[in-house]
Amino acid sequence: MSVQQFTPQAFHRQAHEALGDPQIRANFRRAMDGLMTKRRDVFTDWDLETLRELGANIRLRALAKLPDLLEQLETNCQTNGIRVHWAEDGEAACRIIRELCEARGAKSVIKGKSMVSEEMHLNAHLEAAGIEALESDLGEYLVQLNEQTPSHIIMPAIHLNTDEISEIMHDKTGTERTRDVDYMTAAARAQLRERFMSADVGVSGVNFAVAETGTLCLVENEGNGRMTTTVPPMHIAVTGIEKVVEHLRDVPPLYALLTRSATGQHVTTYFNMISSPRKPGEHDGPEEVHLVLVDNGRSNIYQDDELLDTLRCIRCGACMNHCPVYTRVGGHTYGTTYPGPIGKILMPHMLGLEATKDLPSASSLCGACGEVCPVKIPIPDLLVRLRKEAVGEGRGNVPGAGVKRNRKEVAAWKSWQWLATHPAAWRGSTAVAGKLRGLAPSRVGPWTEYRSAPKLAKTSLHALVKAHRRAKDEGGES
Amino acid sequence: MSARESILKRLRERTDGPLQAPESDFTVVTGRGWDTGERIERFERLIGSVHGEVIHATLTDWTAKLAEVLTAKSIRRLALGREHPVPVAARAALLDHEVELVDVDRDIETWKREQFESVDAGLTSTRGGIAETGSLWLWPTPDEPRLISLVPPIHIAILDSETIEDTFFDVIERHGWATEMPTNALLVSGPSKTADIEQTLAYGVHGPRELVVLIRHPQEAT
Ligand code: SF4
Repeated sequence: MSVQQFTPQAFHRQAHEALGDPQIRANFRRAMDGLMTKRRDVFTDWDLETLRELGANIRLRALAKLPDLLEQLETNCQTNGIRVHWAEDGEAACRIIRELCEARGAKSVIKGKSMVSEEMHLNAHLEAAGIEALESDLGEYLVQLNEQTPSHIIMPAIHLNTDEISEIMHDKTGTERTRDVDYMTAAARAQLRERFMSADVGVSGVNFAVAETGTLCLVENEGNGRMTTTVPPMHIAVTGIEKVVEHLRDVPPLYALLTRSATGQHVTTYFNMISSPRKPGEHDGPEEVHLVLVDNGRSNIYQDDELLDTLRCIRCGACMNHCPVYTRVGGHTYGTTYPGPIGKILMPHMLGLEATKDLPSASSLCGACGEVCPVKIPIPDLLVRLRKEAVGEGRGNVPGAGVKRNRKEVAAWKSWQWLATHPAAWRGSTAVAGKLRGLAPSRVGPWTEYRSAPKLAKTSLHALVKAHRRAKDEGGES
Repeated sequence: MSARESILKRLRERTDGPLQAPESDFTVVTGRGWDTGERIERFERLIGSVHGEVIHATLTDWTAKLAEVLTAKSIRRLALGREHPVPVAARAALLDHEVELVDVDRDIETWKREQFESVDAGLTSTRGGIAETGSLWLWPTPDEPRLISLVPPIHIAILDSETIEDTFFDVIERHGWATEMPTNALLVSGPSKTADIEQTLAYGVHGPRELVVLIRHPQEAT
């Protein structure tokens, strides 16, 4: 299978290609339809609105107290024996993790699922330093075998169907070609068990970090997260600074929202809460546990009251499952670590609007994402805000703000505004424009790619109504 | 300035000023008001829906039921603790059974491959159950370490019916988790599973393929 490099700059071309690929469209359509149905069914006996309200409110409270909670988390982790590290950006976080590995003479790292580690390109960084990093979540493992990146934040290999996966496993690991999912799963189990036993370090993400107790919570179905955080002698957890929550009791509502929104499950197989390394007398678990707190643009998002909502996200993926654009173009098209609606509102902060300017406008603003988001992030409003930032009409709080500003366009809208607020000039100019309608261009940018260009009427509606009234008045008298 | 200081400084000197923290009302995640019967029924239905197997027993016949499970599933090597009353009673009852009992109070480094490759099942006690989601909660100990509920292909968990509570929130609050978190606290709801290959469910991807929950009832099981 050929490996394609995707970038956010090439969004339009990539979208075109994806739309022309029936395999991709079928794979995503089928998967997203299934996920939407499951989510709907699992919430039937719940007061979903009240639960979402609580979820939003817990995340908002955590953000309101963010700096204090991060310090509290750090203190409690350290009391428990977990060492805490801070990283300004992805590169700094990679360096911290590499140095921790090197200090132990580690040659191999086994990884649990972590989108933050994808965001900072940890695998490539470690490989460059001669440390092998192997993904252990089945979907991530398949994607890594295929030298790709995840196309969905919850189901990384959702773009591949059974036959494609069979082919990849056959090619890279020598298994039989088959459509038997149990056979392929068992083969991956055997391959990865060897690696769990021999890995020097386990790297995982974090779903919720509890400030009150210094606890790292991991949500999963496969058990690879528990393996990663229990078998190797060192565990490094890496997370964005926004993942902290204040109390342990804040966790159950968020966990309930996360599993139901993500995959329509009432619960996942494992909820793994880690509060310390192996204590004296205990027989398993890592001797060392580290927590790496990554900023990477988050504290910048934090400055602005409106953009702040972006940080409430619990990474459930429901917004992409329900997005008509994502379903049609698939995850890779976005060319960013986080695809779909959450990617569109998050990636501009991480990569700047120069690179991502096409993402916020790749939306019909249908509102589905905002409606399903378990923590009620007003995603469509944020998309509009980022569009404004891109054309320099926002507050300038996003890197690359104003990159899409076009003098001609600005001048055109300014004149329009003036005309529309000056009736006499408006009437005069529409009358003239109506006469000259033959001169209007037949191509106006992307608008006319699939549509014919709008043409002014010979007589304006205004004039027509006037004429009509006059005719009626005259007729009425007779 | 260190990364820590500059991150905290940026957060504290927020452009749009300090934020108001809203109060939270947790009513929606508590107060189910189920009785014991409803809790057991719900627990069984939910854990059953994700492939967990439930066996009912009494305080007197549970070890006999356990022996039957071992025979039925051809379990030859069973890993279990030595101190908790559950493994103590199991050990006593299985003396004449042909199953080989494997001690787990050993540092994992000394028997990693043995545990990964030659143990058929792990037996553990549980601290309780959660009716709403069909979950078990476990706090692994030196006597019953973390990996015996994960590495062997079958996990057999012993659950007392009266320890099943309504919701996860109730468990955390009633048992004061926030003041005494152990090294590792776990919720287990079914055997290990994945849907990463075209959304087709497959069990036992990394952890156990089977989860057997033996519920001990104070009186005769119905
Ligand atoms: S934005 Fe909302 S719906 Fe999308 S991943 Fe985040 S929490 Fe889920």
